[in-house]
Amino acid sequence: MGWKTLDRITPKHDTEAGPILNEAVRDKIRSFFPRYETKRAVLLPALHIVQDALGHVSYQAMAEIAEVLEIPPSAVLDTLTFYTHFWDHDKGKKVAVVCRSLSCQLMGADAVLDECKKELGIDEHGTTEDGSFSLVTEECLAACDYAPCVLINEKMHKCVKPEQVAKLLKDAKNAEIEPERSDLFDAPAAGAAPAPSEKNNGDEAVASNDDDDVLGKTSDVDEMRDS
Amino acid sequence: MAKFEPVLSKNFDKPNAHKLSVYKSGGGYAAAEKVIKEMAPDDVVERVKESGLRGRGGAGFPCGVKWTFLPADRETTYLCVNADESEPGTFCNRFLMENDPHQLLEGILIAGHATRTTVAYIYMRVEFHEQFHILQKALDEAYDAGLFGKNIFGTDFSMECYIHRGAGAYVCGEETGLIESLEGKRGWPRIKPPFPAIEGAFSKPTVVNNVETLCCLPHIFERGVDWFQSLGTENSKGPKLYTISGPVKRPGCYEAPLGITCRELIFGDDFGQGMRDGLGVKGCIPGGLSVGVLTEEELDCVLDFDDVRNYGLLGLGTAGAIVIPDNADIRQVLMNVARFYSHESCGQCTQCREGTNWAYKVASRIARGAGRISDLDLMVDITTNMGMMPGLSICGLPDGAAFPMRTIVQKFRAEFEDHIRRQPPGVVEETLRKTNAAIYELPILGRA
Repeated sequence: MGWKTLDRITPKHDTEAGPILNEAVRDKIRSFFPRYETKRAVLLPALHIVQDALGHVSYQAMAEIAEVLEIPPSAVLDTLTFYTHFWDHDKGKKVAVVCRSLSCQLMGADAVLDECKKELGIDEHGTTEDGSFSLVTEECLAACDYAPCVLINEKMHKCVKPEQVAKLLKDAKNAEIEPERSDLFDAPAAGAAPAPSEKNNGDEAVASNDDDDVLGKTSDVDEMRDS
Repeated sequence: MAKFEPVLSKNFDKPNAHKLSVYKSGGGYAAAEKVIKEMAPDDVVERVKESGLRGRGGAGFPCGVKWTFLPADRETTYLCVNADESEPGTFCNRFLMENDPHQLLEGILIAGHATRTTVAYIYMRVEFHEQFHILQKALDEAYDAGLFGKNIFGTDFSMECYIHRGAGAYVCGEETGLIESLEGKRGWPRIKPPFPAIEGAFSKPTVVNNVETLCCLPHIFERGVDWFQSLGTENSKGPKLYTISGPVKRPGCYEAPLGITCRELIFGDDFGQGMRDGLGVKGCIPGGLSVGVLTEEELDCVLDFDDVRNYGLLGLGTAGAIVIPDNADIRQVLMNVARFYSHESCGQCTQCREGTNWAYKVASRIARGAGRISDLDLMVDITTNMGMMPGLSICGLPDGAAFPMRTIVQKFRAEFEDHIRRQPPGVVEETLRKTNAAIYELPILGRA
């Protein structure tokens, strides 16, 4: 949650390629306006929607959110960097969050985390080369009765034993949840997202692993622009 | 004592309890209808004050009194529901939202009527994914049934209710941090006064209440103030959801009148049912991480708003107990606690930002096996000099950080000293040279 400095001199994105947020996304953000007194208050919902649509919130996306909300882009960056949930660089299609707080640690979360690292071949805050998984640790997930717990996208896996980790991470359905979903904070379904059933933006492949240069180049962005 | 009949958790085991029809079949929304149709807002506030309901979010401030701070001539009032449950060891709000969302919505209706709320925001932490979907669907259903929106129950009371999802920050559970986050800013707590009741969200009068507090409201009006007062101890009235985690046989969320002991919570048949695998209890953090620790001898502490203070704890907190088994390394526990607060400190106040990080460095040094006896005094020193208690911070987070770290060091000092004495000689200097290599390469220090 520290401050972040920004290189404003090197151009980070192709400005001639046009906006990366399509009208459907912008309309969805605007649909939150009546809920709040100020437009800035829509920022958190907007970031959720954009992260769902693009997989992460790039600097250009921040600038375009600022445009929709009529606030300075720096305000968007300011807010975004405070929260651990938002990614300003590419993340994996699925994000595995291992809880590291006291209850989970007492029940063996360290072993689960080590097993995750070994299985995915990445360290904390890393993303696998094929872009399928990111691994992070987080403070209490409020599921201490089921410690140790691992959150994969929206699905909470409870009482995870180290020997179950490999199977869990390979399971194709490990991010599906039981309750009926509400699409309030999701990317708009109509025409924008390639696979609406897929929770995290459904990007087919992550084109680039270069953190600085992902803007406007990932396949989902191209598809969004085409649609 | 007669067998206690659970109220807050009565629907937890019902199938499809999140459906409106199921909730209504159990007499749901009758209390809200009665209150909104028959009672004036000020009478509702008065009744809640009489009941002695105290906030369940940690500070234990009387709920009705909080509502009276609102200015009388206000036009807009916001109600923020604090569902940003991030305190380690606490998960009762999660139970309430995933198993009985309509109970919360009914509580919001009653609180909204009492405070003449125009818009209610449920600030929900983002890690509650399943709970969000359940609650949002329940809210949609309630809107369709005309329970929110314009002219609720045919009266001229209108209120909107929205869910606002957070984004992963512990400090947004602090009421002004929550309001800042709601406004789309960094979740930095505000300097008080002005208090939220005067100038809160969007500079309008705002009430911030915890999920469990609001869930108590329907029952107060359904069963009456006398029933509510018959439960609990002298200054702590009503039912409470106690949660217990750690290596007990039956971790989970259990309802009891306020005032059970910590020992009952761990060993009671209705609660934790004792330790698993023949483990013993080394200590217990009885109310969410921030309150501090109880040793095995202190387990008879009564978990209400008063008795906990006799044991050097911050307060009741959220009554989420974490049991530390006797095979746990107390140094690791201290390190984990210190890491949590150094990660979650928002960075506004110097004492908290630097203090929590310093404490984490000291704690991890001890945990690595390179501690010094003087580090223990240093920990106590750091933690007594960073919080709201000496008046050095904006919010209570550094106090919440200080109490567990200080009580762990003080109450388990002998164990820490034992660990430190058994360290091989020279390990402290060696570790220092490794961690601060650059300094030791400087010409003067290098010679030393």
